[in-house]
Amino acid sequence: MLRYIVPLLVFLGVSAFLLKGLELNPHEVPSPFIDKPAPVFSLQKLHAPDTSFSTKEMLGEVWLLNVWASWCVACRAEHPLLVQLSRANIVPIYGLNYKDEPDDARNWLRQLGDAYVSSLIDYEGKVGIDFGVYGVPETFVIDKQGIIRHKVIGPVTPAALDDCVLPLVRKLQQASAQMVVKRTEVEGCA
Amino acid sequence: MNSLKVFVVLLCLLVFAPLVLAKEAVHMVEDPEMEKTVNAISDELRCLVCQNQTIADSSAPLAVDLKNQVRKMVETGQSQDDIIDYMVQRYGDFVRYRPPMKASTLLLWIGPFLLLLIGIAVLVINLRKRTAMKSDENLSVEEHERLQGLLAAESSRQGATRSNSLQQKVGEEKS
Repeated sequence: MLRYIVPLLVFLGVSAFLLKGLELNPHEVPSPFIDKPAPVFSLQKLHAPDTSFSTKEMLGEVWLLNVWASWCVACRAEHPLLVQLSRANIVPIYGLNYKDEPDDARNWLRQLGDAYVSSLIDYEGKVGIDFGVYGVPETFVIDKQGIIRHKVIGPVTPAALDDCVLPLVRKLQQASAQMVVKRTEVEGCA
Repeated sequence: MNSLKVFVVLLCLLVFAPLVLAKEAVHMVEDPEMEKTVNAISDELRCLVCQNQTIADSSAPLAVDLKNQVRKMVETGQSQDDIIDYMVQRYGDFVRYRPPMKASTLLLWIGPFLLLLIGIAVLVINLRKRTAMKSDENLSVEEHERLQGLLAAESSRQGATRSNSLQQKVGEEKS
């Protein structure tokens, strides 16, 4: 009897691992930045290169940092959703224009609509490296204390926005400046 | 005349091709010893775009950027540990080709040895069982005499060549 049961158990075990493996996306590398302070940076604004933006300005506010580039096809796909979100005036979205030609970037925004309060020029991609960006687009949710609470890898989908990003943003906005709200408190972010 | 043209084209290729290749070497550090260090460190870091390559092997834009970053840090005299820490801080343990030994990676490290041990255990148990079974196969005295009788009768009829297969048959009957 054992000689039938053992192979069956081994088979079931392997199947369970493989089945789990089907759901995992090897391209989603867990970010070490979740619940860590966002790297501090100061960059030129795309639409006003004489002025710069510093992450320090955003302390006390919940905001999104969306990494984008005009050469990035997936950014084009997610952009209408970001424009819609910006019109709803729920949360300020800042753009990190990653390794892009500023002229191309401005044209791109003129064509597709500008979802950003400001886009910041990261011409060399150095700030991208500081944020652990390895693919574009990526979107970070940053809380009032300047701590990264969530990262969306790849284009933001309506489902990801409704199930995770927006509920999390609301919770973070309602929390006082010292309160800690983790993304694990939002079901859709798991 | 035609072959002369071909010759000129080939000559041009020969002369100019190395120039094209030389373009890639723009970022080279002057000091070859330092370049060696840069390569050694880059070999420890995974390219996150093409995940089964190191950033030393990969020509993905991010890998090139990261390699330049490694070069910059080597030039400013930072140690290998500093540089790898810098990368792990930004990209997580995943960026290391050799994952560190800790609770979450323990299975990764000991898994293969665990499987090997299980394999050896199964093998030993099976071998023991087999030797136990073999000793049971010893024929009793009567059976042995019967076998000898059959063999003698068979060999006298058809010659010694068949006796082996007969022995096999008797063996099969037994089992």
